[in-house]
Amino acid sequence: MSAEATKAQERPVTVELAKEFGLSAEEYQNALDILGRTPTFTELGIISVMWSEHCSYKSSKVWLKTLPTTGPQVICGPGENAGVVDIGDGDAVIFKMESHNHPSYIEPFQGAATGVGGILRDVFTMGARPIANMNALRFGSPDHSKTRHLVSGVVAGIAHYGNCVGVPTVGGETNFHPAFNGNILVNAMTVGVAKTDKIFYSAAAGIGNPVVYVGSKTGRDGIHGATMASAEFTEDSEEKRPTVQVGDPFTEKLLIEACLELMETDAIVAIQDMGAAGLTSSSVEMAGKGGLGIELTLDTLPMREQAMTPYEIMLSESQERMLIILKPGREEVAKAIFDKWELDFAVIGHLTDTGNLVIKMYGETWCDMPIAPVSNAAPEYNRPWEPTPKASDVDDSALAGYSGDLGDTLTKLFGCPDLASKRWIWEQYDSLVGGDTRFMSGQADAAVVRVPGQTKAVAITTDCTPRYCLADPVEGGRQAVAEAWRNLSAVGALPLAITDNMNFGNPEKPRIMGQFVGAVQGIGEACKALDFPVVSGNVSLYNETNGEAILPTPAIGGVGIMPDAMIAVGIAFKNEGDVILAVGETKGHIGQSIFLREILGREEGAPPPVDLAVERRNGDFVRGLIREGLVVSSHDVADGGLIVTIAEMALAGGVGAYLTAFDGAGPRVLFGEDQGRYVLAVRPDVAATVQEKAKAAGVPVSVLGETRGTALSGRGGDIVSLKRLRDANEGWLPTYMAAEL
Amino acid sequence: MKAAIVVFPGSNRERDAVAALEAVSGTKPHLVWHRDTELPKVDLIVVPGGFSYGDYLRSGAMAAHSPIMREVKARADQGVRVLGICNGFQIITEAGLLPGALMRNGGLKFICRVQHLRVENTDSPFTAKYAKGQVVRYPIAHGDGNYWTDAEMVKRLDGEGQVAFRYIADETRADPRGNPNGSVTDIAGIFNAKRTVLGLMPHPEDAVEALHGNTDGKPMFEGLVEALS
Repeated sequence: MSAEATKAQERPVTVELAKEFGLSAEEYQNALDILGRTPTFTELGIISVMWSEHCSYKSSKVWLKTLPTTGPQVICGPGENAGVVDIGDGDAVIFKMESHNHPSYIEPFQGAATGVGGILRDVFTMGARPIANMNALRFGSPDHSKTRHLVSGVVAGIAHYGNCVGVPTVGGETNFHPAFNGNILVNAMTVGVAKTDKIFYSAAAGIGNPVVYVGSKTGRDGIHGATMASAEFTEDSEEKRPTVQVGDPFTEKLLIEACLELMETDAIVAIQDMGAAGLTSSSVEMAGKGGLGIELTLDTLPMREQAMTPYEIMLSESQERMLIILKPGREEVAKAIFDKWELDFAVIGHLTDTGNLVIKMYGETWCDMPIAPVSNAAPEYNRPWEPTPKASDVDDSALAGYSGDLGDTLTKLFGCPDLASKRWIWEQYDSLVGGDTRFMSGQADAAVVRVPGQTKAVAITTDCTPRYCLADPVEGGRQAVAEAWRNLSAVGALPLAITDNMNFGNPEKPRIMGQFVGAVQGIGEACKALDFPVVSGNVSLYNETNGEAILPTPAIGGVGIMPDAMIAVGIAFKNEGDVILAVGETKGHIGQSIFLREILGREEGAPPPVDLAVERRNGDFVRGLIREGLVVSSHDVADGGLIVTIAEMALAGGVGAYLTAFDGAGPRVLFGEDQGRYVLAVRPDVAATVQEKAKAAGVPVSVLGETRGTALSGRGGDIVSLKRLRDANEGWLPTYMAAEL
Repeated sequence: MKAAIVVFPGSNRERDAVAALEAVSGTKPHLVWHRDTELPKVDLIVVPGGFSYGDYLRSGAMAAHSPIMREVKARADQGVRVLGICNGFQIITEAGLLPGALMRNGGLKFICRVQHLRVENTDSPFTAKYAKGQVVRYPIAHGDGNYWTDAEMVKRLDGEGQVAFRYIADETRADPRGNPNGSVTDIAGIFNAKRTVLGLMPHPEDAVEALHGNTDGKPMFEGLVEALS
């Protein structure tokens, strides 16, 4: 390859080419104005990815700024690779959730695998050893022709990557809805732990300091991946498969160990992974945050393919690569570590005082443009938006058609795609490696993972109810945060902070933008009221195919802390004769409930309102009981309402329940999805104490019955056997997946 | 008891093995890097779980040829106890310390769950603390655990008391499932002829403390400490 051959591959830079690269005519004109000349081909490529929705957050930034991001526990909020929160004793928890939606739809196995790889790098690049992975998945209707293939590929991809790197995948959530037929959501979250005095940031410093490239070699995969993720899908999206990257978890595992080993030395000034937009975003962000320039000479950069051009190298999204600014003279120390782990290591440039990004290769300069003006001029739009019209709650006429047998109804609900057991999925994930997993989600409302070498544990959950968000984005945003907070409290953890993964349709449509604005408002309100700030996040827009948008899905990843992993309680009933208690008030809100959708076929009404003060009072009460050792089993009331919650606890423990509180109860009481509620099982000798404490705290608590037998039963006899529920619950997904692709 | 744990690029359960050994023996095991050619003087060598070299070839095939494995074989020949867990089982089998081979799981999927096993032979320091026929629960986490050898060899393994563990179904449990991977005659772990080398797919090191939900793996390490201290 030569300069001449490179130039022969370049195309003339025009407004048409800029549009092909995803820029608007106005944005292209802006680039001309900043540079005072026509950009080179390489420069245009760099500008287009820097200004893509995916990298610039141009539609969302103005709203994200309104979210609460601070608190005494917060060490580092949004803006770095991941959020950092103090967990005491000189330890910090570092976490983030990120989407890999578009690639996973086009190529589910690699798309999901590299999603896991990317979020892992965001966390260990800050100095943390990853201790847990979670994921939140939304697929289309089970009847849709692609769904089975997508479930199979996504799950296998997550398993392939997470199992090999040796980070336990401890749970998450999986939903199905026709609105995701053309755009699935794959949101992956990683949680790591670090010492508070050993956290690494991305701001470059020190003119002349060497810029080092480590990890895998650069190939032609993923070029313009960020641009793809910033546009709607059409029929020809399959043709975008070459923009999906290919992951290598073995290299990632080596990279984790090598980087953590290097971090034990004092050689690093700054470090960042090469994620979306690869070397472009890492070099520009690092230099930009440090207010410096950066000069890269790409000839020595490790390449997997021959005759690559500077444009291809700068835009490649090849995986498992990091960019490091070293202290002067520490190259040999660092190189020895990467040699030990058999990873590529190359000094590819240095920091300068010019403020420019300079790219040299084949003896010529292909890019020389000022970083700050181009970064700062990244477009920021206050897009027009329409508030979502409020739905009214459904009235009793909607329920008039229901006269079902409770046992049959429960069996049907337990076998519906959203409530069916996801064992088929989570048994493909190594949830135990590390030996610190106390609970994976499913066994408890939140996963509980001990901090390695210590007694204390972090609790982790991912939550969102997209059908609520569609009906009322503000209430749906509040509910997603409240549910995450509730799930952490339900295991006995103190909620600390969240990461938000905002998945929406095309923001250029006011209706969609209104969903986004509403959800941000709701999230912000809940975060403030619950002292539960946002410390990291990711926005994925343009989740539309042929104009059909997904359900608005602001997925919330919540993290909490508890002093001892062994105080955590799970959902399973454990003994016969425990008293079953409901915490919180049951009003019977049935709008947007699973019951209404699955049993009566109606997706309608307003979602249940969230009273944040009540939420906090009830959660603090439950957490306090657990910390005092008064609770045997604990489960928040969510999809399916009170009776489904009790049945889930019974199934998890193989111990039934004799219920005395539901004589003559209708669907509103049984299946209503009122918020801020929990079901607890306590030993009979402490039941009175718990009720007194509830009275003192002003928390409504009522007795529902006691744990007993191998069925759900009441004064009228057996309602349904656990065996029947288990068969329905465990049967659906394996049967579905066993059918031919 | 002094122990060494061999670490390959891609090993990922070495920390679990360290924790289990340290908890039971009170001594931190040595970690030995795959490129080392010498082992410290130890009573037990553990080859841990993971994805050595990514297992992009056949699981364990690359690691079996790494420099340290020559030394592991030499020590095994001298009677030093060797414990290969999961990927470690695959590696020591590929290295010829044990007969047979480990193939892709019958269901073609990675499986992680708690599995019931029956202890088939207690005449070894690995299993001395169990009763013959005892049912124990260890977690499994593997994609290539389908143990295979021919019928003649199975007969010999059974006859010589070389089958250490078999997967069993336990109908008394909520999750009664048996053999997870299609292994021949439900074999989960085997000894060499002298019963100084044990390879098994399940993870006793992840069942040693209350946090793990059961401590059925602890007697294995206690037995080793008792015999080798």
